[in-house]
Amino acid sequence: MAECVECGADVPLHNDLESGEIIDCATCGVELEVIDVNPPVLDRAPELEEDWGE
Amino acid sequence: MKIGLLYSRIRKDEKLLLAELRDRGHEVTKIDVRKETFDLTDAPATFENLDLVVDRCLATSRSLYATQFCEAYGIPVVNSHETADICADKVKTSLTLAGAGIPTPATKVAFTTKSAMEAIESFGYPCVLKPVVGSWGRLMAKIDSKSAAEAILEHKATLGHYEHKVFYVQEFVDKPGRDIRVLALDGEPVAAMARHDDHWLTNAAKGAETTTFELDSEAESLVEQASDAVGGGLLGVDLMETDSGYTVHEVNHTVEFKALNEAVDLDVPASVVDWLESTVGMEVMA
Repeated sequence: MAECVECGADVPLHNDLESGEIIDCATCGVELEVIDVNPPVLDRAPELEEDWGE
Repeated sequence: MKIGLLYSRIRKDEKLLLAELRDRGHEVTKIDVRKETFDLTDAPATFENLDLVVDRCLATSRSLYATQFCEAYGIPVVNSHETADICADKVKTSLTLAGAGIPTPATKVAFTTKSAMEAIESFGYPCVLKPVVGSWGRLMAKIDSKSAAEAILEHKATLGHYEHKVFYVQEFVDKPGRDIRVLALDGEPVAAMARHDDHWLTNAAKGAETTTFELDSEAESLVEQASDAVGGGLLGVDLMETDSGYTVHEVNHTVEFKALNEAVDLDVPASVVDWLESTVGMEVMA
């Protein structure tokens, strides 16, 4: 469990968490980036850049 | 092997790859390219002793430069910078496919709204206007009328970014409600799926329904040719069916495969790692 940096709600985390992964806060809907996994640290995810894609 | 994985965002695709690599005992270094600085001659410390780098950068610009740096440092990278350079740009992809004699949608490129309108009118309606860089169907426009064309071109002129000044106009291919995504490893098809949607865009990222698809020999041959043309590697080749056969409209160099992995029985990340080990690994050992 980690705290959403946007709304402060508890965000459940799964076991295979990876830094760089994006998870959604179910309470406020903001996208959060996993900055670190041990212990878990979350921050607001960066906006998509124009040239992001497959 | 010691494998570096370049990324700026870890998607499910990267998690699948990481899990497979680690399960097999490979030493994996995740490299967040946002944190690196790239010297012209000396590789960053995170690149030391790597046998292979796998480029999974989500941002095209980062992918293009990072792969070029890897090659400058003498570190094998999948996919190669050459492949990324061609596949990242729709103009380069189209020129490469056409130059190799591979069926691809009729395309014209213009640099002003006036000449773009001439290109659009030459195709008639509907036709398609695409950004030269980008994925997931973003900013793709199916143009059904002259008034729609005028509005879209005015919007692009107002948006201002230089990339909106390259107008990539393509014939509209009236595909049968689906297109086909093939994951290929140096031209050899590994798995394929059809992406079905009532919408003219059939991207899995936009929610298209996916089902497994059996390739015939014509499709297999085109996938191999398309892969060879762009320099090979781990690719997602997109095909559309037409009355006269297949047409190749896109080749993706940082292919997403999570939807494919769910649509087919094959373990796609395992196949990718098999290939990394057998093909690329042997080159590293040589």
